[in-house]
Parts: sequence; C-alpha cells; structure tokens
Amino acid sequence: MSILTQEQTKKISDRVMSLTKADECIVNIEGSTIGNIRFARNAVSTAGLADDTRVQVQVAFGKKQGTATINEFDDKSIERAVRRAEDLAKLAPDNPEFIPAIAKTAYKPSDTFVQKTADIDPEYRAQAAAYAIEGCRKRGLVSAGFFTDRTSFETVANSNGLFGHQASTSLDFTLTVRTEDGRGSGWVKRSARDVSKFDPREAAEIAIEKALRSVDAKALEPGRYTVIMEPAATSDLLSFMLGGFDARRADEGRSFLSKAGGKNRLGDKLFDSQVNIWSDPWDKDVAVLPWDENMLPRERVELVKDGKINALDYSRFWAQQKNQRAVGAAGNIIMAGTNKTTEELIANTKKGVLVTRTWYIRMVDPQSVLLTGLTRDGTFYVENGKIKHPIKNFRFNESPVSMLNNIEEIGKPVVIGADEARYSMLIPSMKIRDFNFTSLSDAV
Amino acid sequence: MERRTFLNLSSLAAASVLLPFGRAIAAEELVSTMPVAAKKALADVALNAATKAGASYADVRIGRYLNQFITTRDLNVENVANTESAGVGVRVIVNGAYGFAATSDMSNDGIANAARQAVAIAKANAKLQTEPVQLAPVKGVGDVSWSTPYTKDWRTVPIAEKTDMLIAANKAGMEGGANFMRSMLFQVNQQKYFASTDGSYIDQDVHRLWAPLSATAVDKATGKFRSRDGLSSPVGKGYEYFDARPEHKIKAAGGVATLYTDSYDIVEDARAAGRDAKRKLTAKSVQPGKYDLMLSPEHLWLTIHENVGHPTELDRVLGYEANYAGTSFATLDKLQSKSFKYGAPIVNIYADKTTPGSLGAIGYDDEGVKSKRWDIIKDGILVNFQATRDQAHIIGEKESHGCSYADGWNTVQFQRMPNVSLQPGKARLTPDEMVKGIKKGIYIVGDGSFSIDQQRYNSQFGGQLFFEIKDGKIGQMLEDVAYQSNTQEFWGGCSAICDERDWRMGGSFFDGKGQPPQISIVSHGSSTARFNGINVINTARKIG
Repeated sequence: MSILTQEQTKKISDRVMSLTKADECIVNIEGSTIGNIRFARNAVSTAGLADDTRVQVQVAFGKKQGTATINEFDDKSIERAVRRAEDLAKLAPDNPEFIPAIAKTAYKPSDTFVQKTADIDPEYRAQAAAYAIEGCRKRGLVSAGFFTDRTSFETVANSNGLFGHQASTSLDFTLTVRTEDGRGSGWVKRSARDVSKFDPREAAEIAIEKALRSVDAKALEPGRYTVIMEPAATSDLLSFMLGGFDARRADEGRSFLSKAGGKNRLGDKLFDSQVNIWSDPWDKDVAVLPWDENMLPRERVELVKDGKINALDYSRFWAQQKNQRAVGAAGNIIMAGTNKTTEELIANTKKGVLVTRTWYIRMVDPQSVLLTGLTRDGTFYVENGKIKHPIKNFRFNESPVSMLNNIEEIGKPVVIGADEARYSMLIPSMKIRDFNFTSLSDAV
Repeated sequence: MERRTFLNLSSLAAASVLLPFGRAIAAEELVSTMPVAAKKALADVALNAATKAGASYADVRIGRYLNQFITTRDLNVENVANTESAGVGVRVIVNGAYGFAATSDMSNDGIANAARQAVAIAKANAKLQTEPVQLAPVKGVGDVSWSTPYTKDWRTVPIAEKTDMLIAANKAGMEGGANFMRSMLFQVNQQKYFASTDGSYIDQDVHRLWAPLSATAVDKATGKFRSRDGLSSPVGKGYEYFDARPEHKIKAAGGVATLYTDSYDIVEDARAAGRDAKRKLTAKSVQPGKYDLMLSPEHLWLTIHENVGHPTELDRVLGYEANYAGTSFATLDKLQSKSFKYGAPIVNIYADKTTPGSLGAIGYDDEGVKSKRWDIIKDGILVNFQATRDQAHIIGEKESHGCSYADGWNTVQFQRMPNVSLQPGKARLTPDEMVKGIKKGIYIVGDGSFSIDQQRYNSQFGGQLFFEIKDGKIGQMLEDVAYQSNTQEFWGGCSAICDERDWRMGGSFFDGKGQPPQISIVSHGSSTARFNGINVINTARKIG
C-alpha cells in the first residue's frame, strides 16, 4: 500500500480538489518503504521495515491558510482531512507573505528510481551486515554498523492543474570497526541510488583496514596543517555553508553573504578559482525530484562558478519583493573535481593530515561560517607522499569559506550522503592548506 | 546530542511543509481521550496474542501523541499546526531474543496481528542472538495512573492567545533593539498506556512546553550581525508556565540579565534579547587564554548533558552506539574500580526522573519501571551508570534505573538519558558572592554552540552572554568567546557551587540517538558553578 502508482494518486488528488470549497488547494501525497538492519558488538541488534503513506491537504481562503495530513485514503477520511484544513484556515490569521499556488507546470522527470534497489529484501540486508561482522570476527575486530534502503514516491498537485508524480530509491551504509582493545577505529560510508553500485565487501574492507592502521596513534601538536579531506569529511561543512545562500538572509544582513552597506555578495569572488558548485536534479549520479518542497520546479543552478558567488536561493515571496525569478531550492549539491584518486592526492603531499570523517559539527559564528567539530575513525599523518602513522584526533575551528579558498588540489567526486544535511551530494576529496586544528582529542 | 531532528523541525516549521509528528487535527479534537478501560482491553489483546504465539514476556504501549507548534517571524505568524499520531507498539521476548512490531490499526485484529508479527521477528532474531536477553525483575503494579502536574492545559488555551503572546514578544524584541525576531511555541501531550505480562497497567498523561526565541541585530554600515537566544527552559509543566510571577524572576550576578525559575516572562526576555543582540555588536572581543569560568545554570545544563549525561549511558559504554553517537571514555572498569575521579570532591551528580517540572519527569518508564533517583558521581567519584531492565545485571544492579524510552508508539524503547543534575553547593553562596572571589574570569549566561568528541573527552562550548570578571567585579560585555576542555579536567576544576537558592533547570527537547534515530527529552539542573583555569579561545574570523 505504501508505494502508490501515478493513477492511484491522481485519483486521490482529484478527489481532494473536488471536495474543497477553498479559494485554492494544494495536495501532497508521499509514501515510503524503509528497510534497515543495525548491528553492534559483531551481532545484529535490530532490523525492521517501516511503511508509511500520507496525504497532505493545504487550502487557502484569501490569505488564510490551513493544512491537514491524514494516512487513511477512503473517501470519508479524505473528506475529513479537507474539512480540517478548511477549519484551520478559517481560524488562522492572514499571512501577509501569502503567495498564491504555482501555475500549471510541466516537470521534466529525473532518473531517481532503480528497481533493483526497490527489490532489496531482508536477506540482502542481513548479508550486507554479515560481510562486516564476519570480516571483523576473523580479524579479532568489533563491528558496529547500519544499512538502510528506501523506496518512496511523491505526488504534487494543486487547483491550478499542476500535477507531478515520481518514485525514488536510495541506500546508505555506515560501518565503524574498532579493535578489541579500543586503540583503533576505522569507518566507511557508502550512499547510492542503484544497489548494483554498492559493494558491501569493498566497503567493509576499507573500515577494517583503517581500524587496523589506526592503532597506536601519536599526538601531533594542534595548529594549521595541510589536510587531505575525504569526501565524507567535508560534506557537512559544505552543507552548513550552503544554507547561507538564502537570498533573503543575505539581503537582510543575516548571512555570510551579506556585506557592509546592506548589499549581498552575489558576483563576489569568495573562493579559489577551482571551486565550482552546482545543483542539478537530473544529474545521473545524484538525481533528485524535479520539484522542491514548495513544488517549485528545480533547474540546474550554478551556485559557485570559478570561485564566484553565482546564484542565491530566492523563495517565491522574496523573489517577488526583489523582482527576481524563483527557482526550486537545491535538492543535491555537486562539486567539480578531477580524475585524481585520494591516493594520488596523498602521493603529492610532502607533509599533511589525512582525515576520514568529521564529527559533531556546529556553527560557532554565522557571520564567518566558523564551524567547530572533530576528526574521527581514521586520522593519519602523511609524509613524503605516504601515510606514515596514525595520529590522535583533532578538534578544528574552521570556516568552509576559508577552506575553499585554500584548496591546493581536488580529487575525484564520489556520491555521499551528509550526516546532518538533507542533500544528495557528489563531493571530491580535497587537499587544503592551513586547516585550523585547535586542540587534541583522546577519543579513539 | 541535538542533531538532525531539530534542524529538520526548524526548517519544516519555516517552510510549512509536511509535518513530522503525524496527522494534523483540528483544535477541538485535542482534548478528547480514549477511556482507560478501552486501552486495557486492547492491551490484553496484544499480551494474550503474544503469549499464545510463544512469547515468554510481552509489553504493549498504546500511545496518542499530540503536538501543537506555532512559528512566528517579526510581526507575522508563519505556521500553526496541530498534529496527532496514535497507535500500538508490541515488544516481546521469544527464545531469549527481542521482537517488536507496531500498528496504527487499533482494532483487535490489528493489534493481535502486530503481536504475532513481533513474535515472528523475535524468532528470526533468536537465530542470530549471542546472549539471551536478561530482564531485571519488575513487580507488576496493577492499574495505576500518573500525570504531569499542571493547572492550565495548553490544549484548551485559544490559539489567538498564544499567537498574541509570541507576536508581543517579537514586538518587544524589536523595540529592544533587534532588527529581526523569531519565536516558536512547542507544546506536547503524550497519552501513554503501558501494559506487560508482569501484571502492570499504567496510564500516563505527559505535558511539555518550550518557547525558544531569537533576536538578531544588524549593523548595515559594517555588515555585522549578532543574535541572542531566549533564556527560558523547556519544561514538563502546563501552560501556567507563561503566567510570569515576580517571585520566579531572579537577577543574574551583577544584574546583567533577568533569569527565570518556575514561570517565564517571554515578553520581558524578548525585549532583553533585542537589547543584548544590539549590545553584542559593539562588545569587546575576548583575549584568549586561561580563565576562571562562572557558568550559569542556563549554560551549565548543556555541559552536564554532553560530558556527564551521555558518557554515563550504559549502551554507549558497551558499544551499541559506536557507529553513530559514539562510545564513552567512562568504561566499565572505571566504574568497577570505585575510585575513578570524574571531578572535584564537591561535584555530586545524580539522575532523577521524579523532579517536578522537569522534561524527564514521569511516573513509570517505557518498561513499566517506577521512576527514581540515584547517584552517578558522588564526591567526585564515578559510582553508577544509567541502565534499563536488560542492562542492570551488567553493572551488578538488581533492578532497572527506569531509563527506557521510545519517542513514539511506532518506535522501540531503548536506553535514554534521565534528568542528570548537579547538586547545589553545601555552603551558602550566591552568584554575586562567587564573583568576589574571581580575579580573572568570564561569566557565561545561556547556551550557545556545543560540540564534543565521540568518547566525550574534548568539548567546546559557546554561550549567549559573556561578561568579563576582573578583580572580583563584573565588567564589560565580551564576544567571540568559546571554551575548550577535557571532561575530567573540567569537572576536576570545579571549585565552587552556589547553594540551593540558585538551583534551576535547563534542558533539551531534541536529544538524538540510535539508528534509525529517535529523539528524547531531558532536563539538567544546577546552581551557578565556578571552574578554574579553563582554556578560552577567540572565535572571531574574517572571510573574503
């Protein structure tokens, strides 16, 4: 029941539209099937499958809006949701920033669904966990990990005749491998839309190798270092920064993209010329739905071009205020890279620090996007092109703006899901000079 | 750890998109409840179906989770939403393994099916089980009930009254000096019914509130902006929390801020937030170095949470969170040594799920264990962890601490942090008296950014308000302040704690843990405390 076809959801949205007496009506229908397996201490701890389907009805009388959501689809339930939305709208105060529903739009479909991923079953999940568990048992290591796969659909419709329907699949795998004595820890993360591009054995071997190599870490003095950041290590830092691309915040003086005199930094060169970042719903590796949370069509948007701020994110309200064109908010982030592997970046480094993963990243100062956080599960000292020895973890205080200004070399982009962000990402490994480590952590 | 959930909630609220709590309902439906007898009958269906299918133990949670949240920006109401989620979760033990299943189908058949599904899952899990589940005994309590003590039910307060309060706060903040204001109101009612094959039938009615706000001041000429968040706490109380009473207001040391105990004046705090945000634009940038820190309870709760609460969770200690939230430096051997110095001898930290007004206050946990209080750090020594029924034997306890919690009827209960608090100092001491003894220090009020490593050694904290302390006097406002410390050194540097007259709680609505992640709620109480020789860094940076 959780994954509905276009015909089924069209029927439901038509039913909603026919029932409402409001000036306008917006319908959103979502459903998902999410499977998972979690393991720790070399044994499975939980495994599950969760189904959910719901329809959201949003109506407006003039500038008064109301929203109701329901997970039952019989005629009576649908009608109840419509009436509730209407009742709430009548109770609500006028929204002075009300913008009418989007006009009828044709969405260009994106390639978000892979049947093989939708076919993942409990045996597959158990096997993915088993590779890690068995690999660790054999070597006297301890595994803890999580595999989850998701099949979903979304339908959007409104009383202007807009309609869109699309299904998606995705999977994420994370694995932490620790030595039994707790002196070593390694980690790996893999994200994919197509399960055939995911190799759990390859992933497990990486975490195992990192755990074995990370034993007996030496302390290095905190300070500014050249760092080689694997894609997972920078994904959350970039996500924090990209949140500041909101045009309204920049125009109102509340973002790192605001500047003295009440203007924004659109067109300013803030990063190294090698930096090119864009979003593209139709990208073959990280395709996302061709509409955003407000049903606005997404487009390919060049956010950073040759180091310059090339575009800001305008909500429909703010676009109207500033006489700009609103485009659907980014659902993915793609950063241009090269064909160089992380190993090649290491080989080109005289002295530096290799970072596998960053952790507990928090905003310290939104004015400069100063972030703090720590390295974790595989931090190594590089000398003369080779990993010399593991080092203790560091706390950093660094801004991704400075980081992208200090790029020495860029590697090959890989698909990565950020730990705390909702973007699908295609991010390269990067070699960055003068990265600011401010203290040591004893955590392994 | 407050993670993705809070970020999502904030952005969802702002964007008026799909609500995360469940189906939306109209205001008049909020106050209707299901009769206890009907819940008991449904619970028995689940327990009977589970035992008949082969369960040696079963518990069932029938939950109705009601939330209302309101978001405002400047003088506009952005969103008002009522949501409801209701259903049944059944947990069983078969052949020494757990199984769990949940359903929103609250018919007898639907519930019995869920119970049988839980048994089937347990049977499958038993094949992989390395050690059988061992539950600490709990004596059935029969039919009992518990409710958050409250005098004003948020569900009966008109929405207009609430939006008026938030808009008045935003207006006051802008009059105070802010260019932008944002305030929100989170209101929670959890109707939880628990029954188990131990013979317990527990009906609980839980109420919680939180009204966060943020004032931002912008200097257009320089392009600089600064913010100050509200100084309230999320609470386990009724709507009477917003009926501010003079006896619940106290002055911070040196009169630098007004702070709140049992009720909250949001309009007054918003006005002060606007004034403080503007003042921050011209505050003096801190000189980095070692300082004696004087930390208010509005700040210290978060430090207690991150570097005492989390590392003493037994599931982390054992490695169950190794892949996500992390493990702990406070290992089993350190507890067993009975001599591990976690902090200075004046540091006494306890867990307590009975503190009135706290977020974690509850009659019974999600395993039917009665709430209680116990010591975690006594005279500076680590003396205990936080455990659930299946963990108690690992630390030699004969009964559970009652730390089991699930964030919904459809999620499985697991070990979550109880309220963890610092005992007040035994000698009489006020914050103003504490200032007199500090030669070179910083007074920090309110919580700011926070980050800690995965074993809870190295942490960094910011704050809302920073004041220089020089030769026993509070001086000018500072900015760009963050302090870094090692947990054991930090608590070892605790040199004074104000007495019980200054004790109050802060807390979190969105403490995340687990995969798939769940959120929990928790309060942390303390009096103002002093920490000697802490490393303060300057966080000012220039970009572009």
